[in-house]
Amino acid sequence: MSPTALPDAPGAQAPADREQAAALLADCSAAGHAVRLRGGGSKLSWGRTGAVPALELATSGLDRVVEHNEGDFTAVLEAGVPVAAAQERFAAVGQMLALDPPDGGATMGGLFATADSGPLRHRYGGPRDLIVGATVALSDGTLARSGGKVIKNVAGYDLAKLFTGAFGTLGLIVEVAVRLHPRPRGTVTVVAEADDAVAVAAAAALLAHSPLEMESLDVAWSAAGAGRVLARFGGLVAGEKAESALAVLHPHPVQARVQEDDDELWAVQRAGQRRPEGCVVRVSALPAQLAELMGLAQSLGGELVGRAALGVSWIALPALEPEQLEALRGRFAACVLLDGPPELRAALDPWGHEPSVLAERVRARFDPTTTCNAGLL
Amino acid sequence: MSALIGDLRVICGEANVYTDADRVRTYESDGLLQYAATPRAVVLPASGEQVQRVVAACARAQVPWVARGAGSGLSGGALPVQDGVLIALSRMRRVLEVDLPNQRVTVEPGVTNVAVSAAVGPSHFYPPDPSSQIVCSIGGNVAENSGGAHCFKYGFTTNYVTGLDVVLADGELVRLGGKELDLPGYDLLGAFVGSEGTLGVAISITLRVIPSPEAVKCMVAFFAAVDDAAEAVSAVVSAGVVPGAIEMMDALTIEASEHATHHGFPADAAAALIIELDGSAAECEARFDEVVALCQQHGATGVRIAADEAERALFWRARKAAFASMGRMASNYFVQDGVIPRTKLPAVLAEISELSERFGLRVGNVFHAGDGNLHPLVLYDGPGQAEQAEALSAEILAACVRAGGSITGEHGVGVDKKKSMPLMFSEPDLATFQRLRCAWDPAGLANPGKVMPTPRLCGEVPGPYRQHPLEAAGLAERM
Repeated sequence: MSPTALPDAPGAQAPADREQAAALLADCSAAGHAVRLRGGGSKLSWGRTGAVPALELATSGLDRVVEHNEGDFTAVLEAGVPVAAAQERFAAVGQMLALDPPDGGATMGGLFATADSGPLRHRYGGPRDLIVGATVALSDGTLARSGGKVIKNVAGYDLAKLFTGAFGTLGLIVEVAVRLHPRPRGTVTVVAEADDAVAVAAAAALLAHSPLEMESLDVAWSAAGAGRVLARFGGLVAGEKAESALAVLHPHPVQARVQEDDDELWAVQRAGQRRPEGCVVRVSALPAQLAELMGLAQSLGGELVGRAALGVSWIALPALEPEQLEALRGRFAACVLLDGPPELRAALDPWGHEPSVLAERVRARFDPTTTCNAGLL
Repeated sequence: MSALIGDLRVICGEANVYTDADRVRTYESDGLLQYAATPRAVVLPASGEQVQRVVAACARAQVPWVARGAGSGLSGGALPVQDGVLIALSRMRRVLEVDLPNQRVTVEPGVTNVAVSAAVGPSHFYPPDPSSQIVCSIGGNVAENSGGAHCFKYGFTTNYVTGLDVVLADGELVRLGGKELDLPGYDLLGAFVGSEGTLGVAISITLRVIPSPEAVKCMVAFFAAVDDAAEAVSAVVSAGVVPGAIEMMDALTIEASEHATHHGFPADAAAALIIELDGSAAECEARFDEVVALCQQHGATGVRIAADEAERALFWRARKAAFASMGRMASNYFVQDGVIPRTKLPAVLAEISELSERFGLRVGNVFHAGDGNLHPLVLYDGPGQAEQAEALSAEILAACVRAGGSITGEHGVGVDKKKSMPLMFSEPDLATFQRLRCAWDPAGLANPGKVMPTPRLCGEVPGPYRQHPLEAAGLAERM
C-alpha cells in the first residue's frame, strides 16, 4: 500500500504504517525538505511561528490500538489513535489513561509530543510520568524503540521522556506504551469560593498539604475577581474524604460545599486551558505564588485555571500585548504563549526561552538535517 | 596522569585525593562484588564547584571518570574505570534548602535517601524507598532511577526529581528543570535521571516531596502456593485498590529472613504477601477489609495484621532483610532484577521453579509484586557453582523478556547487564541511545563501559583524527 495523499492539502501524506512514515522522513531529509508532523491538528498553532513546510506528515494512518493489557493496566497505541477513542476503550473496562487535557480531537502522538495535561495531573502526573515506552521514527529513516511496556523498567535511556514535550523536533513518535489506572468510582468535588485571592490560595494550600488524597486540586479565578478551589475525591469513601476537606476548610473565609454531580465543573476547568479565538499563557510558577498570579491575571482582564499544588496555571485572555507578557515573564519561571493570534506570535517568542546549547546538541544528534518540525521548540 | 593528580590535589586538597594502593583498593567494587577495577585515583570533592573543577581537569587530561554515591548499587554501575578517576561524592551531604510551602527540597548528591525524608518530616516525605535507603545516596538514586517497595503507588525517582544542576563531561555546568514544572524545552531532566552516570554528574538535586499519609495499615497474608499469592495480587489490583506496597516473599526467603529478624511467619507457608495501604484513615479502613477478603478468596491460609507500628516495622524488616539474610542459606548468591507484566507472575514463577530444578540450584523469590519486579536470588556454594548460578540467573532474565518484561526494574544495567541489552533492544534502538550519549558526552569520559553492550565512540570528532584513550586500551572501536 502506498501512502495516501490527503485531498485537503496537496503536500500532505498519511503513511499507512511506521515503516512508510520512517521512509517518508528519510526521503524528505535526503531531498532537503522540511516536514510538518501532524496528529489531530488541535495544537497546530503552538510553538514558534516559521515558514510552514510544504510537506505535512499526518499520523492518521497509524491508528491501531496494538495492545490493551487489561490485567496489567498498560496499553500500546499507535500515534494516530484519537485520545478520545482510546479513553472510550479503556473506560469500557473501568480503566483510564490518567491524562485529561482539553481534547479537541487530539491524538495520542500529539498529546505526548506536546506534553499537554489536565486536572488529573495532580494525582497521576503528566504525560512524562505515564509513558513507559515509545517507538520513534528519525529523519534518517531509523525506527527505534525505548523503554518497554511494563510499568517499571530502567533498561536503556529514557527516550520516551525526551520525546514527550519535544514537539516533534527530534523525530516522529509512531507508538507509545502507557500506564493505565483504575477509573475512580463515584467522584465528588468540594467547591470553596471566595472573592479574595489570598483566601483562595490559602484554602488551596491547606488542601495541598493535607493527607487527603485527591484526584485533582484546581483553582479558578475570574476576570471579575471571583475565585474558587475545586478538590475532587474518588473511590469508596469519596464522600467521607470530602467531609474531611470541608472540616479542614471550615475556619477559613471561604464558602465551601460538596457537589456530587461534578463532571461539568471539571469540564469548565479543562476548557479554561484553551482560547483559540484569544490568547492563553501557561505559567510555570511556585504554588506559593498563586495569589500573586491570580491578581495579575485579573489585572490583564484574564481568567485563570490552575493546578494548585503543582504551580502550573493557564491564563486565558481576549487579547494580550507583547509587553504585558514580558512583564509576566519577569516574575515567574516561565510564561509560554499557547493560543494566540498570528501577529502576536510573530511579535515575540512564544516560549520566552532560547534552546540551551545542550538542547541544540541533542536535537542535532537526533535530527541532523532539521527535517522534523524545524524551529517549533 | 601525574599532572592530573596534581591538579586534583590542588582542587580538593592533599587529604582528599587517594592514590596509594591500599586506600584505592577499597573503592575497586561497588555493591556488586564480582566486578573489580582499580582506579588510578579516588577524589572526594567537598562542593559542586570542586566537582566541576575535577571533571574539567579530567576532560583536559582526557581521563575517564566514574561518579559514585554510596556505592551500594547492584549492577556495577559505579565500578571504577581501570586507571581512571573515581569521584566519590560521600562528603557532599548538605541539605541545601527545605521549601515546604512549595513541597520541594534541594540536596547535595551524597545525602542519603532516608535523610531526605527526615529533612521534610514528619509533615511530608520523599516516597521512593530502595531497600538500601539508610545508606544509598540521592545522587545514586538519580543515576539509577531507583524504585523501592512503595513505588507501585507513588512512582519512581524520576517522578520526583524536578531540578538538577549537572556537570557535563566537558566541565560545563547546566541546570535542568528547576523547582517549577513545565519549563520550556526538552525534558533533558527526564533523559538524565536513570542514565547511570553516563551523561554527567548531578551536584544539586531538587526533589518534590508530598504530605505524609494520615494512616498506614499493614498486613501479611500467607498462602499454601505461590500461584495463589500471585492471583491474589492481581485480584487486589484489578479491584482498583492501589496499595502503598505489595511485596511477595517465597518459602526460602521467609525461612532466611526468619533467622535474621524472627518475624514468626508460619514455617509451612509457600508465600507471604506483605500488603500496606496508606492514605486517608477512612480509605485505609474501608479498603483494608476488602483486601483481606480478596486474599482469603484466593486461598490465604492466614492473615496477620500489624497491631502497631512496631509490628509493621517488623514486617518490613523481614522483607528488607531478605537479601542480606540469604547469606545464612548459602555462601553466595546472585540477585536478579527482572520485570514482567504482573499477569505473567504465575507462569514466570513456574518457569523459574523449573529452571531451579534443572540447574539443581535453589532460587529464592522476593519481589515487588504490584509492578511485577522480580528479585530472584540464585543461591550457590563456592566458586565451583558460580558459573552455573550465573547461567541460571541469565535464563531467568531471558524468561522475563520473553514474557514482555525488562532486564532491569530498578538496579540498572551498569556493567552487569549490558550484555543482556540486545535481548530487549535491536541494533537501531541501541544506536539511537548512543545519539543521546554523544550529545552529552562526545568524548565518552563519563562512566564509559556501562549500559551499552558494545562500547562505541561518537562521530563528528572535530579536528584531525587522534586515537581515543579507550580505543588505545582496546575498549572501544570507532563507529
